[in-house]
Amino acid sequence: MSVLAESLDAAIGLVVRADPALREITLLSLKASATATLCAALIGLPLGALVALWRSRLATPIAIVLNAAMGLPPVVVGLLVYLLLSRSGPLGALGWLFTPSGMVLAQTVLITPIIAALTRQTIEDHHRELREWFDSLGLTPWRRASTLLVEARHSLAVALLAGFGRAVAEVGAVMIVGGNIAGSTRVMTTTIALETSKGDLPLALALGALLLALVLIVNVIAQGGRMWLARDHG
Amino acid sequence: MAETIEPNVERVTAEGAGPVLSLVAASLVVGGRALLRDVDLSVEAGECIVVLGANGAGKSTLLRLANGIVAASSGQVHRLPARAQLMLLQRPPQMRRSALDQLRFVLATRGLPEPARSERARDALTACGLAACAERAVRRLSGGEQQRLALAAAWACSPRLLLADEPASNLAPAATRELERLLGELRRRGATLIVSTHNVAQAKRLAERIVFMDGGRIVEDRPAADFFSAPHSAAARDYLQGETA
Repeated sequence: MSVLAESLDAAIGLVVRADPALREITLLSLKASATATLCAALIGLPLGALVALWRSRLATPIAIVLNAAMGLPPVVVGLLVYLLLSRSGPLGALGWLFTPSGMVLAQTVLITPIIAALTRQTIEDHHRELREWFDSLGLTPWRRASTLLVEARHSLAVALLAGFGRAVAEVGAVMIVGGNIAGSTRVMTTTIALETSKGDLPLALALGALLLALVLIVNVIAQGGRMWLARDHG
Repeated sequence: MAETIEPNVERVTAEGAGPVLSLVAASLVVGGRALLRDVDLSVEAGECIVVLGANGAGKSTLLRLANGIVAASSGQVHRLPARAQLMLLQRPPQMRRSALDQLRFVLATRGLPEPARSERARDALTACGLAACAERAVRRLSGGEQQRLALAAAWACSPRLLLADEPASNLAPAATRELERLLGELRRRGATLIVSTHNVAQAKRLAERIVFMDGGRIVEDRPAADFFSAPHSAAARDYLQGETA
């Protein structure tokens, strides 16, 4: 049997057996990535909106930095967060190194720029349509930002999905900060990396297929939600 | 006491007495191009003024200056605070919400709390013949319905000054008549109207006073009957001939 067929077989077997280790790994992957997406949304959505609406010379440089930060190398982020969280680091007292909390922090740092940059672009586009009207109503910047975040909700859902996708597929940073400890900080991507280096390709591929399926399911659910929302108000 | 926005240039007039809008030698220069030159205009409460002129004459810019969307480069502007006026734009605003919610949003910007907000919004929709569209998405409304929704906002807010920038430019004749009827209704409720148009027939139907613009200047500012029977300026004569020919 080819490696691919074997891995597919293994993947189906893992799911059918509802392997407890697999369940734990998958749940942690989803939980950590969802938490990181939530944290990044809390920072990135308002940040992106404010940069989009800020009439200042600094707005363009900040937008460029945000766009560039979308490509932050995960291992570098992992290393920096590792240094922050290590015992002698400024956040050492938190005791988050090699814990899921530390992984969430690293993922949040990674995807906040993605969400903020996509939000900035989206809000800018929506603002162009409504700017003159908002000007004539004499809206304050805060009211503008909050209104536009609601107006752009459908497009912003895509920004959140992009952030989630990046977080759940991330391996370098969570490996460094989490340590890939079985039963504690082992997630799908780090398991795939580990199994590959151990030579258990079918298991690694099976996990990869599951990860892809999960990302697909999350997107299908989100798209369904979007269409349901858009049905009413275009 | 008038609140000073920019010394010597922009003032917000106190609510109550005096003209609702006053421009003295107001000019607007953008990127080296003069969009408005030495504009003098005083508007008293209760007037109905039509700003007439060709495309590019400065009608929209004049309304935007009156509304405070743009600030004068020089000269003096005394205008009502933003809350006391409302502007209808050429392209009616389209939020991604229902008609009722868009109206509630406008009322919220005016500081009207619930449940009075929803109640007033529904009354305004009914008054403007949009009761059946309350829950429909603004983007799914027709052009005429969208413009009537913008008017419903004026109805709900009862501004002292209503500025309408070519409100009928995208409307079919029937929708235009309905719009004019509603403008008249708003006027009877106490609003001062300044409506810009390049449509002479519409100007004749609406105006008591005509402000004719050409090249960023106010060329004529006279009672409508006088203006249409005997325009003073060559520009106005040419315009009236060209438009009615």
